[in-house]
Amino acid sequence: MSLLDKDRIFTNLYGYQDFGLKAAQARGDWDKTADLMKVGQDAIIEEVKASGLRGRGGAGFPTGMKWSFMPKAPTPERPNFLVINADESEPGSCKDREIIRHDPHKLIEGALVSGFAMRARAAYIYIRGEYIFEAKVLEKAVAEAYSAGLLGKNAAKSGYDFDVFVHRGAGAYICGEETAMIESLEGKKGQPRLKPPFPAGAGLYGCPTTVNNVESIAVVPTILRRGAAWFKSFGRENNAGTKLFQISGHVEKPCVVEEAMSIPFRELIEKHCGGIRGGWDNLLAVIPGGSSVPLVPGPMMMDVPMDFDGCKEVGSGLGTAAVIVMDKSTDIVRAISRLSYFYKHESCGQCTPCREGTGWMWRVMERLREGNADVSEIDTLFEVTKQVEGHTICALGDAAAWPIQGLIRHFRPELERRIVEAKGGEMLEAAE
Amino acid sequence: MSKGDWPVAETAHIPDEAEVRAKWGAFAFTPATKAKADIYIGRYPAGRQQSAVMALLDLAQRQVGEETHTQGWLPVPVIEYVAQYLGMPYMRAYEVATFYTMYNLAPVGRFHVQVCGTTPCMLRGSDDIIAACKNRGLVKGATTPDGLFTLTEVECMGNCSSAPMVQINDDNYEDLDYDSMTAILNDLSEGKQPKIGTQLPGRHTVEPYGGATTLHAMVDKNHDYRGEW
Repeated sequence: MSLLDKDRIFTNLYGYQDFGLKAAQARGDWDKTADLMKVGQDAIIEEVKASGLRGRGGAGFPTGMKWSFMPKAPTPERPNFLVINADESEPGSCKDREIIRHDPHKLIEGALVSGFAMRARAAYIYIRGEYIFEAKVLEKAVAEAYSAGLLGKNAAKSGYDFDVFVHRGAGAYICGEETAMIESLEGKKGQPRLKPPFPAGAGLYGCPTTVNNVESIAVVPTILRRGAAWFKSFGRENNAGTKLFQISGHVEKPCVVEEAMSIPFRELIEKHCGGIRGGWDNLLAVIPGGSSVPLVPGPMMMDVPMDFDGCKEVGSGLGTAAVIVMDKSTDIVRAISRLSYFYKHESCGQCTPCREGTGWMWRVMERLREGNADVSEIDTLFEVTKQVEGHTICALGDAAAWPIQGLIRHFRPELERRIVEAKGGEMLEAAE
Repeated sequence: MSKGDWPVAETAHIPDEAEVRAKWGAFAFTPATKAKADIYIGRYPAGRQQSAVMALLDLAQRQVGEETHTQGWLPVPVIEYVAQYLGMPYMRAYEVATFYTMYNLAPVGRFHVQVCGTTPCMLRGSDDIIAACKNRGLVKGATTPDGLFTLTEVECMGNCSSAPMVQINDDNYEDLDYDSMTAILNDLSEGKQPKIGTQLPGRHTVEPYGGATTLHAMVDKNHDYRGEW
């Protein structure tokens, strides 16, 4: 069964209508928000837990459970904070941008309700610096909410005081990592912190902090209005809800679209993207969840349910549901090498395996692209990715390693072909 | 590998220190910038004003831009001023200015052309966009002699479903090809404002080209779906 429009959360996803408060209220936002909060903080957390909502920022950690780690009785000297991660920089991801520029009041209402549930004093929305227009829209929407009494003292007449502040980044992918984001919010270089302590214990300004993705927060008011059971009715067990999918690359019509979780890959592409450029036989590979997850060869991908477990079963991940499609015209080694360059560029330089490894891996990838290497170097490269992976403070090292591992796992013959060809040799064909 | 094929960080030339100090040593926020700066500082708890350093560096860069009719940059005395304004050590502010890519450490032109070259844009033809720039005399990491265009290849800008794209100053231009990119550069050099956003005729934002496959009721008027719940 396919998702109906009435069950879509982001109804103004494409921005055909105004983002402003009045239009948003006419679509159902900020409707008796105080009543949603009346049930109490723990009841909201329980409802979100029951809905099966998993974090939409990539890791898929259960959102309600994350909130329950926050102290139940914060003091005025050490308040709780909610930080909303709008530092959307993962290659392939472009969903939070649409929420912010077209439906910002869903996010702001979500901030109030979620912030209340985790007993936060304020929310900081950390928006990536390059989203200049989007930040302006968000600032405008926040100002509207303040002047309508929906934020600030006695927010939305709920009896709860809550502030929402916008903080603009300045062009660093790493600030999407939660502890780097906290460092950046404190006015420092965005270099990740060692965990523990976890942010729920000591985060922003040393206070208990929860960092959530934009989409995770923006869906909360609708979940509370329609009930956990409604949200859970979409998707397979353990992969509940609706999800914004962002399809880019070699499809006929790239787009962002809200669909039910677990929609099969082929159906998603057929229904919304007009199919693969040049037909399904022309599909080479898919990166199903943004640049950080390994690629999956086309034939393996066809019937995969687009959810956390489905993508994991084919050795990849759902990530942010940023689906990058590559057809057979793609120089697959260059495509992955370009990602290696991205990680080299974005490494914060704190941990040696990542700082040195990302540059090294990129340089070897570039030689492999031209075939200017020895076959044994493929194994060396694979080994080095294994030495970077898991040996850094944050997951950027892993994210740099996985695309290369995926390439070697699935396209080793292509790498070898280039090397042999560059040496002027011919690939040995198996005897017919 | 040849340097020209890849976005190797071409560091732009930073002007002579004595010259910079002579020109920018007396930098101070204008009253308008100051008002904005104080709003940003007010967003953080008392004693945590360092949190506003990113916002203030951006404001400073914009003010430098206004004074030089460019997109601005951060001369050392300007960073010193911001650090002093927030009561933080200069080196802490300098670290921030050098860590984040949106702070220009060398002067740029009137239009900062930032072409996204990461894989999703590459798959949709960002090579053609770079070629259009090169054909118009733009060089990566440098400013054209007339002071109009500075070209930078940047990493993913989050417009992947309307790729390839370029950000010029504060505006995004999406769904580009060689011709539309050339037209945009021509318009800008003639003082005209090109259409912002997608360049595909008939496409609104990131719906599938040729018409949305969902939410049809929203296209013409603001539809409330709650009655159908």
